[in-house]
Amino acid sequence: MEQLKRLEALTAAIPAEQVEDVREDIVGELFKKSRELCSDAVTVTNRELLYRSERLDRIFTSKLWGFPIMLAMLGIIFYLTIAGANVPSSMLASFFGWIEGYLTLAFQALHAPDWLHGILILGLFRGTAWVISVMLPPMAIFFPAFALLENYGYLPRVAFNLDRLFKKTGAHGKQSLTMAMGFGCNAAAIMSTRIIESPRERMLAILTNNFVPCNGRWPTLILLASLFMAAGFSGGAQTLVTASVVMGMVLIGVVVTLSVSWGLSKTALKGVPSHYTLELPPYRKPKILNTILRSTLDKTIYVLRRAIIVAAPAGVLTWILANIHIGDSSILLHFVHFLDPFAQALGLDGFILMAFIIGLPANEIVLPILLMGYLATGSLTEVTDMFALKQIFLDQGWTWLTALNMMLFSLLHYPCGTTLVNIWKETKSAKWTFLSFAIPTAIAIGVTFIVAQVVRALGWV
Amino acid sequence: MRTYTVALAGNPNTGKSTLFNALTGLKQHTGNWSGKTVSLASGNYEYKDTRFRFIDLPGTYSLFSNSADEEVARDYIIFEKPDVTLLVLDSTALERSLNLALQVLEMTDRVIVCLNLMDEAKKKGIKIDARKLTDQLGVPVIPISARNNDGLDTLSEQLLLMCTGQTRTTPYRMKYNEQLESQISRLESELRDIFGDEYPSRWLAIRFLDGDQKLIATLKHRLSVSDKGGMTHGAAQALGSSNSGHSC
Repeated sequence: MEQLKRLEALTAAIPAEQVEDVREDIVGELFKKSRELCSDAVTVTNRELLYRSERLDRIFTSKLWGFPIMLAMLGIIFYLTIAGANVPSSMLASFFGWIEGYLTLAFQALHAPDWLHGILILGLFRGTAWVISVMLPPMAIFFPAFALLENYGYLPRVAFNLDRLFKKTGAHGKQSLTMAMGFGCNAAAIMSTRIIESPRERMLAILTNNFVPCNGRWPTLILLASLFMAAGFSGGAQTLVTASVVMGMVLIGVVVTLSVSWGLSKTALKGVPSHYTLELPPYRKPKILNTILRSTLDKTIYVLRRAIIVAAPAGVLTWILANIHIGDSSILLHFVHFLDPFAQALGLDGFILMAFIIGLPANEIVLPILLMGYLATGSLTEVTDMFALKQIFLDQGWTWLTALNMMLFSLLHYPCGTTLVNIWKETKSAKWTFLSFAIPTAIAIGVTFIVAQVVRALGWV
Repeated sequence: MRTYTVALAGNPNTGKSTLFNALTGLKQHTGNWSGKTVSLASGNYEYKDTRFRFIDLPGTYSLFSNSADEEVARDYIIFEKPDVTLLVLDSTALERSLNLALQVLEMTDRVIVCLNLMDEAKKKGIKIDARKLTDQLGVPVIPISARNNDGLDTLSEQLLLMCTGQTRTTPYRMKYNEQLESQISRLESELRDIFGDEYPSRWLAIRFLDGDQKLIATLKHRLSVSDKGGMTHGAAQALGSSNSGHSC
């Protein structure tokens, strides 16, 4: 206790008014010494070379070209992702179908009971296979491409371009960096908001992060866009339309992010944006092969792990719910019928809402759960052809409005369970964790409701 | 086998994570932007039958605890006392990097400086006299290029020498104006009375004069905990920033 008392006496004795000057002295001396050291030890042989980055920056962050270049880059990445993922997706799908055939034979040879085959093959295996074949190929293209841009040094330029917009909404310019991380995984992006010093602006970044579609939602967006929005086109045009629709979704997400940030900084999180320095690092040529290999391998392992940890149990759960009957229909159907009237008002149906609810732990499993629900047997359709899927949706009365609203709901709804846990860990506040669930949910419901009512009133569907 | 801890400190985006990956063989996310590493990652590296445990600290421009990540980096160096603090400087922006280096040299004797991105600097026509810097800073200065694995052997050798006590350093200590210096020396002796050699007294005195409330609070907390017979280690946990790298 002795030490503590002395320490307190000591701190009380430090005059508070001089603190400001002390910091200035310290920083001033540090700068002086650094300069002195440098002038001694550093020689610059060619001044021209030093300014190459600045010349590129004049283009990448120019008022005229900054945004078009940004959109073009994003568009190209989406185009490559969608164009390149089709073939490997189908190949993976038929590979899993082939394995399933043998697994079923093995079960029959062992005289395994039907329910076991149901849970393990029709539930667990198909659920996992689905997640992997739909998700892996796009991710294996999108993330390496994104990583190349990141390692080149383009992300801070994006932040620079978007800075003005964020500042106008009362948010922090670095929020665009945390948004970019959200493309990969919202849960990880919540951690990355630590780069924002001001607690108020950091909270804004946390609350709006899930309006950026994460790797669990890309496949839903891409699949629905290509099945329903680009249906009238073929070949290259189809890919182009799909890419445009997906990009449109991202832009809607950005608009909602800005609007919500603006709304919050006028109400619950009042304040002015703080000043900060954003560093524009020199452009560095990425180690191309290294970057591609690393991000592909990382993502492969990540997706596989997540598929096994989350999708597999969810597949089993859905199978069980769909196969235990109360009265004349299964638990799953009771649930779906209960949700249906509300879901219809949003332009969705009971199955879709059910899939989003059961899919809370991870967005990856929403689509597989939905498909399981649609099939009367309660198990997923065999994974063979992506476009055979469309028939399943059409049989359930889907229109382009259903697809559009499911995409919007997926984009805007509550963050996944992992993200919520991270928000809780980072904010340590039940109130803000709840709000980070409630705000997006309210927006998702509001937007889909309005879209559905308007489209129906105009008689477009 | 004895394990030594090595903390990687430096400005954002100077290649700390790249060096970390190159030595430990792990794959922390790397990217060309400031503020990518937000939590402490750790990994092991073995060299000549010695194990080094590397801690990848968040990149910061100063250690004045302006923000959460500066606090994490600062507290690690002061309270966890790594065997070596490895400063990773950006050769292409040395002046700014040295700012932080000078602050770290006030905190600990056991510092090795690497001049990273030497390849980049060479391309830009920047020449750095490492020997001159060694003389002036009073600690080893080693030019490297982490992404090309250049200079890592020299670095490893130096790490080994310092950890086994075969390198003596005479780190440069910042000198301030007279008025400040007299206040510093007065406070310094009182602080040494209280804490002994537990913490660098001169540095503490400077922080106190700068009115670093967060540091003072942490010190008080640690004193009251140790009075109750509790533990004095684990500052990193107390700050809620242990190894939670990829938690999703």
